[in-house]
Amino acid sequence: MLKDITLGQYFPIDSVVHKMDARYKIIITLLFLVMLFWGQHFTSLIAGLLFVILATVCSKIPPKMIIRSIRPIVPILIITGLLNLFWLDGGKLLWQWHFLKISEQGIQTSVFMFVRICLLIAGTSLLTYTTSPIVLTDAIESLLSPLKKLNMPVHELAMMMTIALRFIPTLIEETDKIMAAQKARGADLESGSLMQRAHALVPILIPLFVSAFRRAEELALAMECRCYHGGEGRTRLRQLKSSLRDYVALALMIFMLSAVIIINLIIGG
Amino acid sequence: MPILEAKNLTYTYSIGSPFEKTAVDHINLQIEQGEFVGIIGHTGSGKSTLMQMMNGLLKPTEGTVLLNGQDIWEKKADRRAVRFQVGLVFQYPEYQLFEETVYKDIAFGPKNMGLDEKEIDRRVRETAEAVGLREELLQKAPYALSGGQKRRVAIAGVMAMEPKVLILDEPTAGLDPKGRTKILTQLREYHKRTGCTVMLVSHSMEDVAKYVSKLLVLSHAQVVCYDTPANVFARGKELETIGLALPQITRVFHGLRARGIDIPEEVYTVKFGAEQLLARLEGREPQC
Repeated sequence: MLKDITLGQYFPIDSVVHKMDARYKIIITLLFLVMLFWGQHFTSLIAGLLFVILATVCSKIPPKMIIRSIRPIVPILIITGLLNLFWLDGGKLLWQWHFLKISEQGIQTSVFMFVRICLLIAGTSLLTYTTSPIVLTDAIESLLSPLKKLNMPVHELAMMMTIALRFIPTLIEETDKIMAAQKARGADLESGSLMQRAHALVPILIPLFVSAFRRAEELALAMECRCYHGGEGRTRLRQLKSSLRDYVALALMIFMLSAVIIINLIIGG
Repeated sequence: MPILEAKNLTYTYSIGSPFEKTAVDHINLQIEQGEFVGIIGHTGSGKSTLMQMMNGLLKPTEGTVLLNGQDIWEKKADRRAVRFQVGLVFQYPEYQLFEETVYKDIAFGPKNMGLDEKEIDRRVRETAEAVGLREELLQKAPYALSGGQKRRVAIAGVMAMEPKVLILDEPTAGLDPKGRTKILTQLREYHKRTGCTVMLVSHSMEDVAKYVSKLLVLSHAQVVCYDTPANVFARGKELETIGLALPQITRVFHGLRARGIDIPEEVYTVKFGAEQLLARLEGREPQC
């Protein structure tokens, strides 16, 4: 049951987008976010939509998966949609009831925000669908490496992230096992009041914490034994390499962003 | 009537995903009351999955399990009560200890059963003794014990529920030979004293051969055979083809037979083997 939670949600298939340099993917995703938020006109949304469709097709990710990624934020979508719809002033007033009113501006903004948030989620999940968490942290480390000059422990942070990601599935498996074992001894996890249920978690949490600490200690020892001493002078198994497709993708993104900015300027005047 | 019965039992992991795997494939099985069953099979043969279905922790994809003739997956069946009757000790059970004292940890199961203090106290002390835990250890924190002691505390925790069927999933994994023999001998004692059914999962032929009355051999999610150890080991060649090593002594005897010496094939304990050889050398009838 716990296994059903997708963490990192990497979707391992072979595609152009999967093969792209993760650093470029991160930069492009960031520019995509900038574009979505900078754009004040519906053309920016069309550009965003085109981008998402193009990226989805290139990545061979089933569209079903993209829609699934939007599902968890449906409540947020509904709340922002309703707020914008009923509270925003401007344009022609279409309907009013006490303090609730629907204006032209309200409809426009609420639709605009709705599409914008959907695109936001779809675009960013494409990044995590096509990039494994480990590669992602590698890329983040590489992108943040200029901060090393400011004495930021970039490598250490990235290592911590990598280890945390690596151990999530292990700990989930462990939790499953401990839960099964305590259930075999008659632990009742499914019924009772909130307090009783919280109390029933003790037999699961304690062994889980103990095992997490044990694993941490063993890992630290194993790293010491292999003379790990931080990032200095360390080479990598997976080198991040950029190629033509990365430049093309980045150029396309920059082109779209500038187009959106120009349209903004013309319309905003 | 068999105490535990598997009917057409099937379990498939991650149905519909690329990782779909059938771990138990249409198994039919009848375990009689009072039997000491050894379950053998190489890694991934479905032993653990089968055991977890026997006490209702995993819901079979197909088929069902009968306990005393009662379908445990019937709508009104109480699965929690089933788990008190079919006790399951997991692999590396020492990692589930959580209470402040050994005593309280062993008492966790009986407490969940809703027994009164006096009964709980009796059971804790009795099972602690059965697994060879000294009285003074009961008030210690489980984390202060050695690996072998922790393992025995965990086993006692399940035994204290006094289940009709006790299932142990590789109770000796990771222990030294001395600890291994100790646990297995204590299990045999427990089995003799209580007369309950014991099922012992292992991938070591050596371990189980000495102790069990029946052997269940699994391979590729299916039952290869379920018979007495003598009959199972007589099919030595077949077992080796599915990747299970016979006990050393059995291999020695098979080797001797292959060299034309007329000795029985179904030798699987050193004691029995030695008697056979001595009798032959002294020119008399074997005594056991």
